[in-house]
Amino acid sequence: MQLIACPWCGPREEVEFSYGGQAHVPYPDDPGALSDEEWAHYVFFRANPKGRFAERWKHSAGCRRWFNAIRDTATYRFERVYRLDDPKPVIP
Amino acid sequence: MAELLRTHPLEGWSTRVERLPDTVRITVEPYVAMVDVRLGAVPAEASAALGVDLPTTPNTWVPAGTGRAVWFGPDEWLLTSTTEAPEELEARVRAAVVPLGGSATDVSAQRIGLRLTGARVRDVLAKGCSIDLHPRVFGRGSSAQTTLGQAGVVLLALSDAGDDHGVLVRSSLAGYLADWLLDAALEFTTTPAS
Ligand SMILES: [Zn+2]
Repeated sequence: MQLIACPWCGPREEVEFSYGGQAHVPYPDDPGALSDEEWAHYVFFRANPKGRFAERWKHSAGCRRWFNAIRDTATYRFERVYRLDDPKPVIP
Repeated sequence: MAELLRTHPLEGWSTRVERLPDTVRITVEPYVAMVDVRLGAVPAEASAALGVDLPTTPNTWVPAGTGRAVWFGPDEWLLTSTTEAPEELEARVRAAVVPLGGSATDVSAQRIGLRLTGARVRDVLAKGCSIDLHPRVFGRGSSAQTTLGQAGVVLLALSDAGDDHGVLVRSSLAGYLADWLLDAALEFTTTPAS
């Protein structure tokens, strides 16, 4: 089983974590001004790359904190983890 | 009207638990008061008002009066007390942290405590817990929120020899975990002749 390094707890088994989808999806500045289509894009539309992807993860069975990770969707390998207040790393 | 009796979720397990040898001793601890604290940072005022320095190192616990202060997250702790009633503990902690923008909630009914002592308890825990519990890395003062068997638990290292662990488990899962521990301890239990 793969270990995922929680930014707070360190390496823990994958089953302790839950997935939270794409990271860095900004909440609209002025939600009321969005058209239905724009709103749908914000709520439902996500990138689906093959390769490195910035994602939200949660250490559900441990400290219950959300954090971000760069994971390779083709290999499932976690390349790095970072806290929510850290800037998005440059993905090569 | 029917009288409501206070019962412990592991009342029915006492005989089977008592039969275990000293190498894998399981003790069901009495209820203690527990309060969940949320506080953005730990200013000196909080330490002074609470009478304890809340631990800021992840996965650690410190003694706090008659109880403990357990790190639960960068802004969350569990405070326990063996001498105060839940409402007393909650009121005292709330008075200390609310002026600092924090909160305190009585969670005494959420978890019960087990104490696992003996030379083989690490072997028992290792059957259902992926955390390295060797005293070299999990000495007294260490804690971990993780799973044991399939149950979410809080593990507390109570000795530097790796032979004394506290386990906090949700009341509704206590029976399951007690059954799991008894099964895991089976190989260290001698069968009486005849
Ligand atoms: Zn964690």
